[in-house]
Amino acid sequence: MSKPKVAFYWCASCGGCEETVVDLAEDILGVVAAVDIVLWPVAMDFKYKSIEDMPDKSITATLLNGAIRSTEQEEMARLLRRKSQFLLAYGSCAVSGGIPGMANQFPREQILKFNYEECPTMVNEKKVHPQVSCSDEGHTLKLPQLHNVVRSLDQVVDVDYYVPGCPPTPKITKAAVTALLEGKLPPKGSVIGPDAALCEECPRKASKPSVWDYTQFVRPHHKLLDPEKCFLAQNVICMGPSTRAGCEGACTTGGMPCTGCFGPTSRVTDQGAKMMSSLCSNILAKDEEGINKTLDTIPDPIGTFYRYGLAKSILRRKVNLPA
Amino acid sequence: MSKEWKPRIVAFFCNWCTYTAADLAGVSRLKYASNTRVIRLMCSGRVDPQFILDALSKGADAVLIGGCHPFDCHYAEGNYKCLRRFEMLKRMLKDMGVEEDRIRLEWISAAEGAKVKTVINEMVTKVTELGPLGMPQKFEEWDKEMEQLTHHVQAADAAQGAPCCAHAQPQKKEVAHV
Amino acid sequence: MEMNQKEIRIGFYVCHCGSNIAAMVDCPDVAKYVGTLPNVVLSRDYKYMCSDPGQELIAKDIAEHKLNRIVVASCSPLLHEHTFRGAVEAGGVNPFFFHMVNIREHDSWVHTDRKEATEKAKGLSQAAIARVAKHKKLEQKKVPIHPDVLVVGGGIAGIHAAMTLANAGKKVYLVEREPSIGGHMAKFDKTFPTLDCAACILTPKMSAVGSHPNITLLSYSEVTKMSGYVGNYDVTVKRKPRYINEDLCTGCQDCISHCVFKEPKFADEFNENLSKRRPVYIPFPQATPQVVLIDPEVCLNFKRSVLTDKCKKTCVEACGEKKAIDFTQKETLLDIKVGTIIVSTGFQTFDAKRIPQYGYGKYPGVYTALEIERLVNTSGPTGGHVVLRDGKTEPKSIGIIHCVGSRDKKTNRWCSRVCCMYSMKLAHLLKEHTGAEVYNFYIDMRTPGKGYEEFYDKLLEEGNHFIRGRVGEVTDWAFTKEEEGKLVIRVEDTLAGYVRRIPVDMVVLATGIEPHSDSNDVRRLFNMSCGSEGFFLERHPKLAPVNTFNDGIYIAGCCQGPRDIPDTVAQAGAAAAECMALIDKGHIEQEPNTAFVLADECCGCKSCLPLCPYTAITFDEALGKASINEALCKGCGTCVAACPSGSIVQNLFDDEEIFSEIKGVLAYE
Repeated sequence: MSKPKVAFYWCASCGGCEETVVDLAEDILGVVAAVDIVLWPVAMDFKYKSIEDMPDKSITATLLNGAIRSTEQEEMARLLRRKSQFLLAYGSCAVSGGIPGMANQFPREQILKFNYEECPTMVNEKKVHPQVSCSDEGHTLKLPQLHNVVRSLDQVVDVDYYVPGCPPTPKITKAAVTALLEGKLPPKGSVIGPDAALCEECPRKASKPSVWDYTQFVRPHHKLLDPEKCFLAQNVICMGPSTRAGCEGACTTGGMPCTGCFGPTSRVTDQGAKMMSSLCSNILAKDEEGINKTLDTIPDPIGTFYRYGLAKSILRRKVNLPA
Repeated sequence: MSKEWKPRIVAFFCNWCTYTAADLAGVSRLKYASNTRVIRLMCSGRVDPQFILDALSKGADAVLIGGCHPFDCHYAEGNYKCLRRFEMLKRMLKDMGVEEDRIRLEWISAAEGAKVKTVINEMVTKVTELGPLGMPQKFEEWDKEMEQLTHHVQAADAAQGAPCCAHAQPQKKEVAHV
Repeated sequence: MEMNQKEIRIGFYVCHCGSNIAAMVDCPDVAKYVGTLPNVVLSRDYKYMCSDPGQELIAKDIAEHKLNRIVVASCSPLLHEHTFRGAVEAGGVNPFFFHMVNIREHDSWVHTDRKEATEKAKGLSQAAIARVAKHKKLEQKKVPIHPDVLVVGGGIAGIHAAMTLANAGKKVYLVEREPSIGGHMAKFDKTFPTLDCAACILTPKMSAVGSHPNITLLSYSEVTKMSGYVGNYDVTVKRKPRYINEDLCTGCQDCISHCVFKEPKFADEFNENLSKRRPVYIPFPQATPQVVLIDPEVCLNFKRSVLTDKCKKTCVEACGEKKAIDFTQKETLLDIKVGTIIVSTGFQTFDAKRIPQYGYGKYPGVYTALEIERLVNTSGPTGGHVVLRDGKTEPKSIGIIHCVGSRDKKTNRWCSRVCCMYSMKLAHLLKEHTGAEVYNFYIDMRTPGKGYEEFYDKLLEEGNHFIRGRVGEVTDWAFTKEEEGKLVIRVEDTLAGYVRRIPVDMVVLATGIEPHSDSNDVRRLFNMSCGSEGFFLERHPKLAPVNTFNDGIYIAGCCQGPRDIPDTVAQAGAAAAECMALIDKGHIEQEPNTAFVLADECCGCKSCLPLCPYTAITFDEALGKASINEALCKGCGTCVAACPSGSIVQNLFDDEEIFSEIKGVLAYE
């Protein structure tokens, strides 16, 4: 019997998710022994053509990381969907747009202009921008086009399972791979991971107070923080209460508040709105002036509450941007 | 939108003050614009910011929240919690490009039937000036950039004689979790 | 949960409400549209859904068409939700598999375009259809009702309510902030239109209250705190110090006659400051309880540090062995537990000084009606002898100005309902006492009531003058010799059609009824609503006139709006009956809209804990989870909206239901 075929692919991502696969450490040997890797551009050399030539559904599972942001990524997502029995959105970007999703606050042209002209490290006197196609000496070269909108994988193709995290932890990756190999799969559409919020497994949980009464919020670099006390109790916004558990408090153990990469629980549609609702309900002031004084200490609400999930939030994108 | 566009306003009214005030407006036979659809909640404190975003994304041009006046909440302090979230939501919606006049929070007591009329009429006037928010249409327009490729893939499939791929359509399905 | 998994079969009914809805909403068209929506198996329009045949129709259809969800589009759920839930239950379906659409108060009555109103009705109905599919089976919780009742305010309303309840065997606490019960009625001389003596009908009731074994009378006391919920209210009563031990005082009043002040020197509030009293006093002869009190503001014993030791404590001496006087008495707080509460805090009369052109406080000859009540009273400041403030001159001509602080956009807009009648009563009494010419200046004579119009006829026959016109001014500026030394009433006689000047010796201002200046505090204390004018708001003007929006709290008397004694007594009886209905039933079915924590899903972030005003949310440190005490939860849903992981659910208003409703209202184009 032939081994199950597995593909890894990356779209708009940083490469961190790929690192996790390597972070499986010795366990990776078991995976490699059990499967036949048919595509893994970051580690091995494959031709896309060979994927195209494979029969539909001949890949058992594809783990795709990164958001979908260009025509090329979209095309690969569709191709891999077609060739795979199971498509897994792997990591925050594929699950919910991730950090690249925050680009949904700006028009594409502004982003290109900044990156190719205004960025302090950029020298581009001719103001050359990438072109979709250009001709030189009779040859026409084509480049993928950047989309206006950053999308999660499931906003482009049908997704079977979600493995959240920026990046997903080795433990959760192993759980997903094991489930696949052993055929013990949860219902389609499931997120691989617990469905309670992070506080449940946070080492700082015991230090939570019963009264909050926020008058201001501070950022981690603003003050010396108690390494054992709940961040929220120290007026630092921690997304833990509205973020799915599963990372075992990787950040909060390491001295940084949760920024929400595991996304919301299954009972919440819009992680940012729900976290904001909880946080604001516990502001001390009862009058508009006092409330706004407290809110002034959150300089970037979208970046704070939707760091990984803007593309998948209810509004998806700044509403007045061009299509 | 074949017929003349009229703003659609979703209103979340608390049971004790504003919903009762809207009843009073009815009993008093006050006349106001018919664009508002009221959803009754027990308290303005039940208004989850998700409800407002959801209403906007599903085609509401504006959202109105009505609760009891400060000090008068039937549940003591639910209205303050609503106000705090509302102030933050206003900031977030501004960042997301939604005009400020599209969401409004008003304290309307059970006796203020006339205020229901005034607030709704004012809001209809303002939102009519702003024009449609049209989120469902925007979502469609945004996703048009993917259509091009869909056509391309379909054409390629047709040339190969393969059946049109079921997954070629953009998926807008809610994520179903366990 | 078995119901949830079954096929959803919705029955939809749109009510014409006669023509109330049908005139503006095309009901058959709404029924036709809703009939096309998913899960709807039956869609009807019907003339009167709330009628017996309408309700029976629902039960019949449930059986015939195997319906398991019902939606009725009719009036406000605040009016008939209960009715229809009953009908659904009668049909054998859980009453919470029901949703109501308000297309009358929120639609047909407020819109003018039939097409738009019909569209709105369709949109709202579509939302209900979407929502009801997500409804869950719920059980109503029974909450026991504490059998004791608190009555706040001891005027005629509170007295009557307390007596009715006490006679039915219920234990009543009657709290009155003045030293005696009796309220405004105790100050009246006669009552209209029968002219029976107010004291004669009130005093026996007052003493019955004082001696009733089932009534605990807490006079000179105020409610300072209320918490809890229907059936279980915790109330704190502040008992102000009288400096007299109530249990020891026999009401002999020897202390009063032995006070070091040989002559009464201080304004007597009960007599509207027209007479004097001593620092130790009893408000009026029939006061209940028959217990004196000491006014520390003027009693010399309390001013010892300032003055030389003038006070010989002769009162203590006079009290002798009874030892009832206690200068060290302090304010105390009393905690009581009751199941129901009647608020009957009454009214205050309009301050006549707010209309300076009528000269009250400027001309001694100008009186308020309440002052005249005392003047004509045989136990009043002059023993019933009507004289001007000089103490000897009998007025020969008297003008009574109606609607002072009523029906006036500059002061109070409402009609005080009693002023026409009491003005005529006073006109009659003044004429009887003095033989003076009496002029009534009125806008309209309002005499709706049994025997009231006949009373008006009687007054006309007695030769009282009635001049239709709002008085412009009362002045002492004489134009003619006859006007000198008199008060001239300037008025446009709108029947004769010219401006008249009528010189009189005495002017009576028929001041109106308005809410107490602190009614807002009382309202908040009992979690009630107020109308824009400040009177407490009834749950429904016709169908629930003594109920408030707070279950178990009822209102009676002028705190709800101006009314006369017969109406007040009737309302007090109604409020007492409402209390008894709850007490005798023994329990109340609580709306099951409480919230609960999904224990497995709760991460223990503790952010909900401080949000509950009823401390219904507690935290189990061992489990690291929050939980909600259902008995304490009042169902506001604030914690539900704030739970960052969506792990708190509110029955009847869960996220799924509300999201469906949002989708539904927006689905109709």
